[in-house]
Amino acid sequence: MHPHEAVLKVEHVSKSFGLVQALIDGCVELFPGEAHALLGENGAGKSTLVKILAGIYDVDAGEIILNGVPVEITSPLAARAAGIAVIYQEPTLFPDLSVAENIFMGRQPLSAGRRIDKAEMIRRTKSVFERLGVDISATRKARGLSVADQQIVEIAKAISFDSKIIIMDEPTAALTEVEVARLFEVVKTLRSEGSAIMFISHRLEEVFAMCQRVTIMRDGNFVRTSTIEEISLDEIIFSMVGRDIVSVYSRHNSELGDLILDVKGLTRAGVFKDINFQVHSGEIVALAGLVGAGRTEVARGIFGIDPIDAGEITFKGKKLKSGSPLAAMSAGIGFVPEDRRQQGLVMDMAIDRNVALASIHDLTRLGLIKGGSEKSLATRWASQLQVKFGRFSNPVKTLSGGNQQKVVLAKWLARTPSLLIIDEPTRGIDIGTKSEVHKLLSELVSKGIGILMISSEMPEVLGVADRILVIHEGRLSAEFSRAEATEALIMRAATGQESVVA
Amino acid sequence: MMGASIYKKSRSSSFLLKAFQLREMGILIAIVLVFGLALIKNSSFASTASIQQLLSGPSVVILLAVGETLVIITKNVDLSIGSILGLSAYVVGDLFVHHQGMPVWIALLAGTFVGLLCGLINGLIVAYAKVPALVVTLGMLYIIRGVDALLVNGRQIVPSSIPNSFINLGSNSILGIPILTLIAGAAVLIFTYIMRTFRPARDFYAIGSNTEAAVLAGVRVQRRVFTAFLISGSLAGLGGALWLAEFATVGSTAGSGYELNVVAAVVVGGVAIFGGSGTVLGAAFGALLLNTIDQALVASRVSSFWNQAVAGALLLVAIAFDRYVSLKTERALRVDRFSSSEAK
Repeated sequence: MHPHEAVLKVEHVSKSFGLVQALIDGCVELFPGEAHALLGENGAGKSTLVKILAGIYDVDAGEIILNGVPVEITSPLAARAAGIAVIYQEPTLFPDLSVAENIFMGRQPLSAGRRIDKAEMIRRTKSVFERLGVDISATRKARGLSVADQQIVEIAKAISFDSKIIIMDEPTAALTEVEVARLFEVVKTLRSEGSAIMFISHRLEEVFAMCQRVTIMRDGNFVRTSTIEEISLDEIIFSMVGRDIVSVYSRHNSELGDLILDVKGLTRAGVFKDINFQVHSGEIVALAGLVGAGRTEVARGIFGIDPIDAGEITFKGKKLKSGSPLAAMSAGIGFVPEDRRQQGLVMDMAIDRNVALASIHDLTRLGLIKGGSEKSLATRWASQLQVKFGRFSNPVKTLSGGNQQKVVLAKWLARTPSLLIIDEPTRGIDIGTKSEVHKLLSELVSKGIGILMISSEMPEVLGVADRILVIHEGRLSAEFSRAEATEALIMRAATGQESVVA
Repeated sequence: MMGASIYKKSRSSSFLLKAFQLREMGILIAIVLVFGLALIKNSSFASTASIQQLLSGPSVVILLAVGETLVIITKNVDLSIGSILGLSAYVVGDLFVHHQGMPVWIALLAGTFVGLLCGLINGLIVAYAKVPALVVTLGMLYIIRGVDALLVNGRQIVPSSIPNSFINLGSNSILGIPILTLIAGAAVLIFTYIMRTFRPARDFYAIGSNTEAAVLAGVRVQRRVFTAFLISGSLAGLGGALWLAEFATVGSTAGSGYELNVVAAVVVGGVAIFGGSGTVLGAAFGALLLNTIDQALVASRVSSFWNQAVAGALLLVAIAFDRYVSLKTERALRVDRFSSSEAK
């Protein structure tokens, strides 16, 4: 079928962490000149595979065959020597050094006396950029480069190593449309030079536009590999999810209540602009859109973490003081951040203390915390949310991701909020706990809470939300009801191809 | 399709880039300004003797600042250099007590060697045992000072035991330039050249700028950090010998608190305290500036309280400036991202 031999074969590779099987008997082939998409939900095992190829993890079983020869990739350096370059979502550059030096660090061209030949280094950098058809100054520092430009620098580095296999982990996640187009051009150039590109993405439209073949993973298994012509969008989604979306996210409809949150003309210079929407009690409103579109920032603006430059937030009929999380909290808003390790929890602190953290004012008398009050509060909510833990005094970091998320939820629910803002409610949580969290959300709204949910997982958005607002590059680009929303419609609005809201 | 908009952003941050490069120039201007102001107050400030003092006074600090710069560039810090200097000064002095005729170059070598040994211990513990440098070198600060006190044991080194040939090193000039200044100047030039020119030296910057990325790029992080501490220790040891030549008297407290002067000079000189950027030349200028301010205040008969306050204020200004520049860069990037979507 393919004219060339595979440059890279992954054969029956397995990898587990403790009891979790991250990769089960995985097989992938990469051919020169192809762009190959690796698809799957979060936790499907894509990153594990990438990290094995990058030399960060070793394999439990199976073989990696490079140009027909079995190899062991024991370190990032070994991966590099083998001609495999991995470009991560967040590029790893030296911000204080010049672009040229970033590309040639550790192997700068030398002249007599082992002195670095700067002119030659810059010349070579320029020629790589020329080959890629991009215009980035070779002498400027890497600090301040946009993510897109940083990726290009990483790609230039890979090329200068003569890497024939380039793996990109969600390269377009933080790029604007123009930047994505440029990246596509670069990838085209690389392919025409015979490089093989493995491309991890959640943007299926891009996969169709750029890749020749796709491999789909689910729960550590390799579901199927197919050429792009032979597979449809629906088939891809079905293979990724493995079940009917509707059946996974079942939820009973709840009564739509009073208006609780009314956002008018919310603007933060350079981040988001003129955002208008409402949330009622008893409904889940999803903020959909691509990573970096400004969804989290809107939520942070409402909760008062970031200042806003214009606009008005009315909460339960009263104007909400902007720029003050304390005001938002006492008005009855809860905020479950995206990064629970950094922002949602104090990882080294005990479970009960974490639960009590946001309610600490109610538990204090004369500035001292009432004895046992933290524990009784935590007991009540932990049992309600079915948190699985050993002892309350254990630090939160000993819990699994799903249970950690429940602790964050418990923390806010203990304050009996009327609006809960949840950023990526199920990121990094296993499938089982995921549906528990979803069930919990739907129970909460049936009790009259309003939920504003930010999610990058399309099935979650489609399955859980009553209404879906799509944000594209800092602006509200579309609004769908649960009935009318489809993945394609949301995707289109999220990539700015179609503006539904006037 | 490839709109020009994505390239526009490099311009807005270019002034920041220049601000970094202009740091040395800024400090030079500050030195000249301070000098000029002092001159108005006290015309003897420009006398040959006074200028020679302005140059030779900070020489030892400059020498130590060179080593400290390398360490700080790798995102570490060496707080033990003041103690190393004291120990080395005493050991060299004691050698002279027992061997009056010891040649000057052996004395310098001996001092350097004492420093090298101390740096070796620092480097081993920080680079290979991975203990934070702040803790290790703080511990070494006390340990070395303790060893020093044991050795001194009340027996000060007095000028009469130091041969004139060695004392001349601290007081003579060649073509009007103090020998101490020549030595410190040579160290600055040599290390400025090395830090710009050789691969291993560039690794220092890579490590400080992004350690993880440095590992991924195959930089031998441990070896480089170890080397930085070796150099810093050695230069502090050499500095100890020169201190002896300059003052000819060494007690058990020689050089105590010096490390803070040096770190202040380095930071004022534009070496980022969190590593990754800065130059040896800048650090040397920083030392020169702090010393010039010091002397200018003395010459203007301002209370000595002020010169510490001024040094402290300068330090804060330097750090605030670095922070401002990095925040500014972030902001520029953020606004640019939106304007590129606006442009469509």
